[in-house]
Amino acid sequence: MSENVFEVSDGDFEAKVIKSSKPALVDFWAPWCGPCRVASPVVEQVASEHHDKMLFAKLNVDENPKTAAEFEVLSIPTFILFEKGKPVKRFVGAMPKDRFVAELKTWLG
Amino acid sequence: MTNHDLLIIGGGPAGLAAGLYAARARLSVLLIEKEMVGGQMATTELIENYPGFSEGSSGVELAEKMREQAERFGLRIELDEVMSVDFTRPEMAVTLGDGERTGRAAIIATGRRPQLLGVPGEIELRGRGVSYCATCDGPFFRDKRIVVVGGGNSAIEEALYLSRFASEVVVVHRRDKLRADRVLQERSFNNKKMRFVWDSVVTSIEGDGKVEALAVRNVKTGKTASIATDGVFVYVGNLPNTEVFKDEIELDERGYVIVDPELATSARGVFAAGDVRVGPAKQVATAVGDGALAVISAERYLENV
Repeated sequence: MSENVFEVSDGDFEAKVIKSSKPALVDFWAPWCGPCRVASPVVEQVASEHHDKMLFAKLNVDENPKTAAEFEVLSIPTFILFEKGKPVKRFVGAMPKDRFVAELKTWLG
Repeated sequence: MTNHDLLIIGGGPAGLAAGLYAARARLSVLLIEKEMVGGQMATTELIENYPGFSEGSSGVELAEKMREQAERFGLRIELDEVMSVDFTRPEMAVTLGDGERTGRAAIIATGRRPQLLGVPGEIELRGRGVSYCATCDGPFFRDKRIVVVGGGNSAIEEALYLSRFASEVVVVHRRDKLRADRVLQERSFNNKKMRFVWDSVVTSIEGDGKVEALAVRNVKTGKTASIATDGVFVYVGNLPNTEVFKDEIELDERGYVIVDPELATSARGVFAAGDVRVGPAKQVATAVGDGALAVISAERYLENV
């Protein structure tokens, strides 16, 4: 995994994402999901270019069903941006980098 | 900037087979994929009819193997979206998000994408119970109710897969019989978790924050009904990914690329392979055959220009 994307779990989601002072984007994924495998290098690329503006995290929904259920993730990959503890933006599916960045343009500038 | 011998647009089985053949033939070749290497194949849970895999293979695994094989011969893959093309210049140009790529010949292997139902609630509830990928999202519906819309091979294959997780799978189909292969029909009629709502179309998907119900109308009687459900998986057909080529090459009335027996399109030096071209078979096996043939035709073209 890249140095700019860290893993979060049911156990540390509160501390690392909800209480984060920076906005935090979470990639909800699982190893058996083809589109997730495609999306993850895109996330890493965006993270390497924009890690000064927000945190980039990934959560394995298989190992962390509680958080996935809490935010009603029913499709993966789902990306949720949290700001001041609240989900403020949500989008679904693998996409090219340009579209991914466009989804986050309010925050990435 | 390098001018390639060959540009391949699309990284499904047709594009990957073309990439393998072209790289192995020592052409300078670039494959451009906008979303997911493996294409629709990579979202298929189990592929049982691709020869050489006696126990079947998952679509993702097959995609990875095809990619590795092509890359072993030096295929380069760029993940980016084609915004526009110009096939009228001698060096045909493809404009991506981050600039232009040129090639002396091109293969279009952009495949198809699932068609949407086009009903109220579908877009709003996508990712909140509305899905187009059973492999990705099936496990979220353990012990829940699912509706599958459609009656073709994809619909029934995925309904069977989903029945492993769901408490109930209701298939809503607009006709009174399935279009799917016999073997799939038999399996689905014998599956205790599956039931069928015939002659019916979906008119809306309802739910507050997530899918709760589906409104359907019987096309013969006009009667409407509501089906309570937690998930809706849509498999009502496909659309060819050819919007970007429509001013450059001839398409049929449904948008598929018209080709000759050597897979040449109406534009000089441009070939088409796989699901995106006209033709009745939309299979991994036929796409792979197309990829190989398109490269052989492209090589012949390159030798003669």
